[in-house]
Amino acid sequence: MATESKKVLYGLYNDEEDLKGAVKTASAAHLDIMDVYTPFPVHGLDPILGLKESRLHYLGFIYGAIGAMFGFLTMTWVFTRDWPIVFGGKPYWSVPAFIPITFEMTVLFAAWGMTITFYTICGMWPGVKAQSLDNRITDDKFCLAFDVTSATDNDVDKLKGFFSQSHAAEVNVKTLG
Amino acid sequence: MSQAVAPVRHVLITGNKSYHNITEDLCVPTEKSPTREWIIAFALSAAFLGLYVFAICWTVWKGIGEWGANRTINWAWDITNFVWWIGIGHAGTLISAILLLFRQRWRTGVNRAAEAMTIFAVICAGQFPIFHMGRVWLAFFIFPFPNTRGPLWTNFNSPLLWDVFAISTYFSVSLLFWYTGLVPDLATVRDRASGFRRKMYEFFSFGWTGSAKHWQRWEALSLVLAGISTPLVLSVHTIVSFDFATSVIPGWHTTIFPPYFVAGAVFSGFAMVQTLMVITRKVLKLEDYITINHIESMNKVIVLTGTIVGVAYLTELFIAWYSGYIYEQFAFYNRVFGIYWWSYFGMMFCNVVSPQLFWSRNIRRSIWWTFFLSIVVNIGMWFERFVIIATTLARDYLPSSWSYYRPTWVEISIFTGTMGLFFTLYLIFTRVAPVVAIAEVKSILKVAGDQYIGPDAKHDGHGASHGKSTEKKEAEH
Repeated sequence: MATESKKVLYGLYNDEEDLKGAVKTASAAHLDIMDVYTPFPVHGLDPILGLKESRLHYLGFIYGAIGAMFGFLTMTWVFTRDWPIVFGGKPYWSVPAFIPITFEMTVLFAAWGMTITFYTICGMWPGVKAQSLDNRITDDKFCLAFDVTSATDNDVDKLKGFFSQSHAAEVNVKTLG
Repeated sequence: MSQAVAPVRHVLITGNKSYHNITEDLCVPTEKSPTREWIIAFALSAAFLGLYVFAICWTVWKGIGEWGANRTINWAWDITNFVWWIGIGHAGTLISAILLLFRQRWRTGVNRAAEAMTIFAVICAGQFPIFHMGRVWLAFFIFPFPNTRGPLWTNFNSPLLWDVFAISTYFSVSLLFWYTGLVPDLATVRDRASGFRRKMYEFFSFGWTGSAKHWQRWEALSLVLAGISTPLVLSVHTIVSFDFATSVIPGWHTTIFPPYFVAGAVFSGFAMVQTLMVITRKVLKLEDYITINHIESMNKVIVLTGTIVGVAYLTELFIAWYSGYIYEQFAFYNRVFGIYWWSYFGMMFCNVVSPQLFWSRNIRRSIWWTFFLSIVVNIGMWFERFVIIATTLARDYLPSSWSYYRPTWVEISIFTGTMGLFFTLYLIFTRVAPVVAIAEVKSILKVAGDQYIGPDAKHDGHGASHGKSTEKKEAEH
């Protein structure tokens, strides 16, 4: 999340199909889209925006593997090194009995690790003030935004022309941050 | 659409809703002042919660000798109630995780409330083993941590400890799953609010903006959480069943327990979802989002899992006879015809016979039948746990120690009190958060809304990419 203030020109669309059309036109015209905001996940938007698939699930796998190792090795160490006890005549290192806890630790680490990573990389935490362009974006408006902090009047006019061509319902300017 | 579209699609959102209507309908219950029904329900729940607190204080002060549990029947109401609540807590994750993986769209109408219910049910379940420990101030001993007692570790080979891990993992992962799903909807509430409410929702919505990249990560996270919650939810009741199945008690040490417990958990969980949803949709006027189609889908799950449970009961009896092992045979004979015969027949009637009524389409689609049968199923599933626990222990190896169990007022108060705890939490939830997932309902509007696929659809609703936007555009320009 950038801390310096940004001047943003944004258009609001009434339907996700209008938005998708506009994004397609904008990328064809090589306009530099700052971001797109929608009230719900719009399918088919990522490829036309050029967003690569999230790599969050790779991290999930790594966190899960760490959890599994942590659980299994802790039990191994406790029962073979730190305090070996015979339970019911079974060997100290009774692997089948370790499986349930190893599994639970895998899930626990993967879930917490991924969720914490998700909030961190999205810059979201309790109390973070939303850099929101319009209150209706979480309701029924689909927003396409351009960063015009250092744009010339000519550029801004060009973008406004683009918005009216792509049937934006509203075009506004707002300073963020 | 990037996802597969089922050939037969049901209308899941009625009333010709626009995106704005959805926001409006689902946010309003959190915005207006509580209704009289809500206040009465809350007062009643809070009274039972008070009873719970009193009975628990009584137990802790005087000791668990105040309970009817005795030396023979040492697991009685408390563990019955524990397993009952945990079972109820299974539907939420099943709906949100397994149905997400199966791409069942009807989950969007009920997943939020079902997940909340899961969390509250697990909180209620946790009370019982914690207070059954007796010296509850030492309850933290169940967690393995380096300590000054040796360090003396917990027994990792014990199913009771597996339970500690399974339930605490289940609780915390369900909480993450639920809350992460809730964040975009809290942002919707935030953007409609002002003053102090806005500040509060700003804090709890974590600064959500609805950016495309955030949505993409949010979906990736939801999918993986669903993927790992699916085996998790199956593992939890499997491990609860290990508490019994790994013992050497005839009637308990059966290999059928894990699948049988899981099916029973889903069965009772869906019944509780029905009980709550039938009331919630009426009181909060959500009939357009939780339709008869949703209720029917859940009733189908109930008849399926109820039948699985029935098959498990009969298999148990057959195997007990077929084993040729007299102690096993006695345990089951006693279970059916012994001193607690009434609970066995109650269980059989409520869990196996009554859900069969759902084979009838009219009953499946009737609100009153659904509500009535959901209560019957909940009672039946309570009997099931009581049958497994109390009847088995009442007639153990030594006839001289055979015993009979009756709950005391303390146990009855604790059990009814946890219902107070559950409903208090649920009622608070309906006031502070949207009970239906707003963003998820919006995302299925064009494939499940009545104006798109219903009989009076204005748009041609056939094929994956029906002309939804072209017509709208034409209308606008």
